[in-house]
Amino acid sequence: MNVIETSGLGKSYGSTWALRQCTLAIPAGHMVALVGPNGAGKTTLLNLAVGLTTPTAGAIQVLGEWPAGSPAALDGIAFVAQDTPLYKNLSAGDMLHLTRNLNRRFDRSFAEARLADLGIPLKRKAAAMSGGQQAQLALTLALARRPRLLVLDEPMATLDPLARHDFMATVMAAMVDDGVSVLLSSHVMTELERVADYLVLVSRGRVQVAGEVEDLLAHHRLLTGPTTEADQYMEHENVVGSRRSAAQSHLLVRTNGTKEIVPPGWDAHPVGLEELTLAYLRQPDAAALPGPARWASTSLEEAAR
Amino acid sequence: MTLDKGSIPADPYGEAAQVAVASPIEFRLDSSTGLPTYLQLVQQVEHALRLGYLRVGDQLPTVRDVVASLAINPNTVLKAYRELESRGLAAGRPGQGTFIEGTLGRVELPALAGLRRSLLDWMDGATTAGLDEDGMAALFASSLWDFRNRSSADKEVVA
Repeated sequence: MNVIETSGLGKSYGSTWALRQCTLAIPAGHMVALVGPNGAGKTTLLNLAVGLTTPTAGAIQVLGEWPAGSPAALDGIAFVAQDTPLYKNLSAGDMLHLTRNLNRRFDRSFAEARLADLGIPLKRKAAAMSGGQQAQLALTLALARRPRLLVLDEPMATLDPLARHDFMATVMAAMVDDGVSVLLSSHVMTELERVADYLVLVSRGRVQVAGEVEDLLAHHRLLTGPTTEADQYMEHENVVGSRRSAAQSHLLVRTNGTKEIVPPGWDAHPVGLEELTLAYLRQPDAAALPGPARWASTSLEEAAR
Repeated sequence: MTLDKGSIPADPYGEAAQVAVASPIEFRLDSSTGLPTYLQLVQQVEHALRLGYLRVGDQLPTVRDVVASLAINPNTVLKAYRELESRGLAAGRPGQGTFIEGTLGRVELPALAGLRRSLLDWMDGATTAGLDEDGMAALFASSLWDFRNRSSADKEVVA
């Protein structure tokens, strides 16, 4: 099952396209990192996925079969928006009550037990909580809805390192306990490297890279060698980007798997998620999109006919 | 919904039986090694086996425990445990968790001494060629990577 499947998805505000020609098929069971510069279209994509906004072009389905924003889709998705918005004058207990009454499904005992574990009294108002506690409260409210997909928009931007760790540990434990899939947008790469196993990179309103992190890393290498020879490889379609100085050059190349093509006198090194992401962001024209996304999109289009 | 495509039993994490016996070891992460997270977990188990912290029959931490303490992706832990299984060191018991099955043959002292001697000879050669200690370390690390790649490529061919 794909938790999110889009085909030719686009969203314009006036004459500006916030997102366009977005075709994705994200399988269930992953912690998906949605990465890109500010204004790249991350939040637009998330808002489309949770049904807060409707597409201008194309289609988006969630949890295998449901159009985004449909009642069944809403039941299965929990969304924690940027900066974990809460009613600051309400207590934790009030917010539990409110969330329970606004949703068809809400596991109150789970929520109360979690808040007790976290040491957050039900009587405490959100305004009196630390940033970490507010984030945990918002996360608890989301998880108590027992979602199949948890969508988090920049949830950790304002948290200190310990609160980030605890927040992410909670999310990861939910993956184990309930089989929740997670879609998380962020532009802090370092904190994603350990947790994300699927990467979606958007830039200038387009999806530039999509795939399992392990596959992406296995299919990219950093080649280091003399600059005098770099030019002859630069035109090669597999070169994603380069950093060159007078004597030495680094080329980030996409390999097609089994055979390593390393020119004589050059070194090949594995790349990390951050290095790979930066290389693609520097070269907005380069793309690494898997075949399956395209197959899925054709099936989706056929289904729509 | 499954966490990982295929080959995962109905209760992949052994949460059904909340065994009171804790694992003898706890994992930690070191971002400075540059090793993928799952290999760090594999290495720590091997290390604990060599040093006697882990014995046959001991339980490894449950996936949930690892995930909740290190805040890493559960698929990473599953991958590490699969790797340990493929190395014959651990085995999953449905509904219970993952347990140590094998031992690591310790390298005997004479063999170790011989290997150390040849490595020292190699270092002499490297110094003569103009390589300093950092250079040797870099070359060793990069060769080790090639070696690992080669052996994993061999494995794929066999499979």
